[in-house]
Amino acid sequence: MAQHVRAYEDFAVGTVFPLGPYAMNRDDIIAFAQEFDAQPMHLNEEAASKSLLGGLAASGWHTNAAIMRMMFDSYIDASTSQGSPGIDKLEWKKPVLVGSVLSGRSTVMEARPLKSRPGMGIVRFLNEVENQSGELVCRSEFSVIFAMRGDEKGAA
Amino acid sequence: MQMNELYPAGERLTLGTVTFTPEDIIEFARKFDPQPFHTDAELARDTMFGALCASGWHTCAGWMKSMMAFQKREAKRLMAEGKTPPRMGPSPGFANLRWVKPVFAGDTITYTLTPREFRPMASRPGLLLNTGIAEGINQNGETVLSFETTVIEYI
Repeated sequence: MAQHVRAYEDFAVGTVFPLGPYAMNRDDIIAFAQEFDAQPMHLNEEAASKSLLGGLAASGWHTNAAIMRMMFDSYIDASTSQGSPGIDKLEWKKPVLVGSVLSGRSTVMEARPLKSRPGMGIVRFLNEVENQSGELVCRSEFSVIFAMRGDEKGAA
Repeated sequence: MQMNELYPAGERLTLGTVTFTPEDIIEFARKFDPQPFHTDAELARDTMFGALCASGWHTCAGWMKSMMAFQKREAKRLMAEGKTPPRMGPSPGFANLRWVKPVFAGDTITYTLTPREFRPMASRPGLLLNTGIAEGINQNGETVLSFETTVIEYI
């Protein structure tokens, strides 16, 4: 099993991981919004069409959660991920309208060992996610901590 | 009324609280972030977190949920006073988000917003761009989440 687990060393600068496709359907968009972000622009077609979004669109937090799932399916699963300390910057560039199919990529921008935590490294990524028309809907810069090979504590 | 007439910059607003049950943590994580420390209490014990904890995106969604509860409460209060509540639009994004500490199963997080700036958008007359510091604090008074939030307000 060990040889299949992605570790810090596998995230060299410039490595690109594909994301998606991931469909954002109406029921999921409304269910997420009802729970966490109950604004008319995420719940109701008529109100949404009059809003700046121009149509029923997912909560940005739903889009982020969906992108997390796309990352999990692409490279976080079966990795030595130790979680993320945070997001430096995230931009919701365009509304994710009902029926959008998202895809994109995570690109490794920077990778360095963590001095404070031997055996761990921090990897900085750029995420670019587009809709089915190729329009950028979300862009973010963030970090994930991975254990180095040989210390696979916490590996999936 | 506008946000800046109601909530002075620099004054921290308590939005609401969310308790993270193991069931809610696992349900959210199975859908969006099924890493073992978010989906399985047993497996979480052997990770750096040491116990089942919420996906960071779940913690963030809790802030938004509290923000919505706050706006609803405030709308009711303002309308009862014969005032018009602020009209909020979408957000263009956020910056410097830090998951400072894990949110463990059973934790109760109090979410806050400290407004910072209310600025007319030069490119879009009729709109304001509001910024502020969003935070989540656990029952021991420890900050677990913080980020710089931005949101559009219709004038």
